[in-house]
Amino acid sequence: MEYMTIDSMCVPIEGEKNVLSIIRKAGIDLPTFCYHSELSICGACRICVVEDDKGKIFASCSKKPRPGMIIKTNSLRVQKYRKLIMELLLSSHCRDCTTCHKNGTCTLQKLAYRIGVDAVRFTNNKPREPIDNSSSCIVRDPNKCILCGDCVRTCEEVQGIGAIDFAFRGSQMKVMPAFNKLIGDTDCVGCGQCRVVCPTGAITIKLDEDRVWQAIEDSNVRVIAQVAPAVRIAIGDGFGLPKGINAMGKLATALRRMGFDKVFDTSFGADLTVLEESKELIERLQQEENLPLFTSCCPGWVKYCEEHYPEYRKNISSCRFPQGMFSAVLKDYYQQKDQEDGKKTFVVSIMPCTAKKAEILRPDYQTKGKQDTDAVITTMEVERMIRRAAIDFANLEEEALDIPFGLVSDGGVIFGVTGGVTEAVLRKIIYEQGEDKKALEEIKFSGIRGLEGVKEAKVNLNGREIKIAVVQGLLEARKLIEDLKAGKRNYDFVEVMTCKRGCVMGGGQPTPAGARTRALRMEALYKVDKGLQVRTSAENPLVNLVYQELSKEKKHQLLHTSH
Amino acid sequence: MGEHILGTDFSFVLHINRGAGAFVCGEGSALTASIEGERGMPRTKPPRTVEQGLFAKPTVLNNVETYANVPMIIENGAKWYLGIGTKNSPGTKAFALTGSVNNTGLIEVPMGTSLGEVIFSIGGGVKNNGQFKAVQIGGPSGGCLVESDFDLPLDFDSLKKRGAMIGSGGLVVMDDKTCMVEVARFFMNFTQNESCGKCVPCREGTKRMLEILERIVSGKGKSEDLDLLEELGDAITNTALCGLGKSAALPVLSTLKNFREEYVAHIEKRCPAGNCEKLLHYVIDKDLCKGCSKCARNCPVEAISGVIKSPYTIDQEKCIKCGACKSSCPFKAIYIE
Repeated sequence: MEYMTIDSMCVPIEGEKNVLSIIRKAGIDLPTFCYHSELSICGACRICVVEDDKGKIFASCSKKPRPGMIIKTNSLRVQKYRKLIMELLLSSHCRDCTTCHKNGTCTLQKLAYRIGVDAVRFTNNKPREPIDNSSSCIVRDPNKCILCGDCVRTCEEVQGIGAIDFAFRGSQMKVMPAFNKLIGDTDCVGCGQCRVVCPTGAITIKLDEDRVWQAIEDSNVRVIAQVAPAVRIAIGDGFGLPKGINAMGKLATALRRMGFDKVFDTSFGADLTVLEESKELIERLQQEENLPLFTSCCPGWVKYCEEHYPEYRKNISSCRFPQGMFSAVLKDYYQQKDQEDGKKTFVVSIMPCTAKKAEILRPDYQTKGKQDTDAVITTMEVERMIRRAAIDFANLEEEALDIPFGLVSDGGVIFGVTGGVTEAVLRKIIYEQGEDKKALEEIKFSGIRGLEGVKEAKVNLNGREIKIAVVQGLLEARKLIEDLKAGKRNYDFVEVMTCKRGCVMGGGQPTPAGARTRALRMEALYKVDKGLQVRTSAENPLVNLVYQELSKEKKHQLLHTSH
Repeated sequence: MGEHILGTDFSFVLHINRGAGAFVCGEGSALTASIEGERGMPRTKPPRTVEQGLFAKPTVLNNVETYANVPMIIENGAKWYLGIGTKNSPGTKAFALTGSVNNTGLIEVPMGTSLGEVIFSIGGGVKNNGQFKAVQIGGPSGGCLVESDFDLPLDFDSLKKRGAMIGSGGLVVMDDKTCMVEVARFFMNFTQNESCGKCVPCREGTKRMLEILERIVSGKGKSEDLDLLEELGDAITNTALCGLGKSAALPVLSTLKNFREEYVAHIEKRCPAGNCEKLLHYVIDKDLCKGCSKCARNCPVEAISGVIKSPYTIDQEKCIKCGACKSSCPFKAIYIE
């Protein structure tokens, strides 16, 4: 076993790639801005500097550990340098914290407090940049950017899109789309992963809360909420609840208190999706046409495919994503009631996803010229609404969801995690084949759960082997498609999630979310899965009821779309 | 060089890639990034360029001067090469002599040649019989050496110990008419412009140092500025990501060390070298002034006042230092201090 000395503690070196990881393992929460364990090493912020026994100062994120190394993380010199670097960052930053969306969750704020900066001796004389409101999903405020580059690296290394990058040099350097285009005019898919990694308020979610408050206020409007699976295990983050706790019950209470008329579960829509998509898969397998079948529930992926690989549009499932299906069904369901009551139904989807805000504006997510979903608000926005309503979330009593669309199967719930859609579809198919519980259990271990960029599995369906791939991140999706085109790989079914780990780490989820939180969120959905009474979407009696009642035409109109 | 050189199996193709002129692209990893079509920004090491350099392949990356030494070492042998220069800095070094020196141009001397020999024997001494003040060595990020350093051997270690560096081998000789504060400001301005912007200490730190220096040379310096310059310079030198940042503060820190009194003078609103425009004072010599009022009539801002046939005075607050009074005075009664 090899050791190094950190602040007089002897710490073993266990294969870590940089000194920073060992420092954190030793229980020292060394501050960093640009370091992200899942992105390339940047070494730009220099906050993680430490001193060795020879008086040499270096950045711990980019130093390989050596046995026998002796370092101090908090020597007087390091303290001095860290404070000055922080002061320099603050001096070029807009310090109007009180009116900033990130007030309370901003890393710059947190570290300034921890490092103990008590004065900023330089003035911010940068010219004011305009705020970029052009996207339906995110808002860019370059005045708050500290140029850490995390957003640039995320868009480049995880999504392979690179919609934003550094421009200009030195103190004129800025992060922007090429040629200073508005972000809405680029091939940004709205996934919001840049916002998830941004330590300040430079990239935030496009807010739609006000429209929802207005709808609630209007007594002629029936406001219905549908809540996505991933929201329930993250909504508690901002209210001091343990990470990964399923707070759906409290959320239902809170939403009703705020004035929502009905609270339903998007997993219901997911169940519908499973029924339709499994049918579609079987049809395509029988006809050997348009394979592989790509999932369509991730709007970031759909936009990416339409723009970069239009020849594969026909491969994307024609099923609407769960939220889309469900909103269409809801509007149809309440149509008669609306006429009777003289009301209008306003469907609000509560999602972990920022890309959905753009998705609902697409013409193919409308019925008879009207949007099926009237507003998408993210987990973060619901958090803000709860605070504005002064609701003591942590101490709320739990309430059940409304019937008929409140009974869901766990197949629907695990949509929120990578591999979830696939698992749900497989459960349905295996259930129909008449397999027993054991076979259902085995899907778990088939290789579709987990953190790898691409996961592969093979499943037997009526004697035919189905080749499945589960992909996370658009860069991996691109590699897979290129391999498909070159004939190097082939699959029958491919699930693509833009966000790594799936919707639990969507662009609208609470941040910051460190490695521990990310793991807990994934686990949490699987836990919810285990706890539900209905194992597969096909067994959900209410789903079956709705499904059977819809005529064939209506099924197509409400549940399918074209890409 | 061609295919199958001299009839052997060895072929060698030399590509010459033109850069766009950014100073930071002289840094190894920024250079490879630039050739690859990426932004010219240095990256952290490891991996070193010798392991993963251009196109992620192991790369030999050196200055042209280094490569130029190689054929001679191969032809004449290592022993011959080690016989020139010093123990830790063998061989020769090219220096560029410029500034207030009689013989300017490129010279090549054995490592370890003394500074004095270079400036006086080879350089021919200070131009126009001026008074030697300092020599800036190593390019825009280099420190300065003074008269007491004439015996200093020019090799890597000796200079490092002295708080300077050989760098590119630039030698800018300065006489007593050179304002050292302005020299520091000039080089800091260059480095600030060339900073790539990636790391915080260099991007923000050099900007702030430049702001302070500009205030000082325009007469708005504050007494705490000198300590602040040293604080910033020390932090930038120790925490910057690449060589540009690590040496950016060197001109300032070394002039502060050797010529602190000149900085203090500037804060007291004087430029001893008579160089910094905003600190120049135009003064009317009472003994020479005949009170003709010609200067007052020529002053564009009405800064000069007085009674006819009595010595006039210039209001320093209003004076914009245009020099119109001095050039119009028939009695040469106005001087600059």
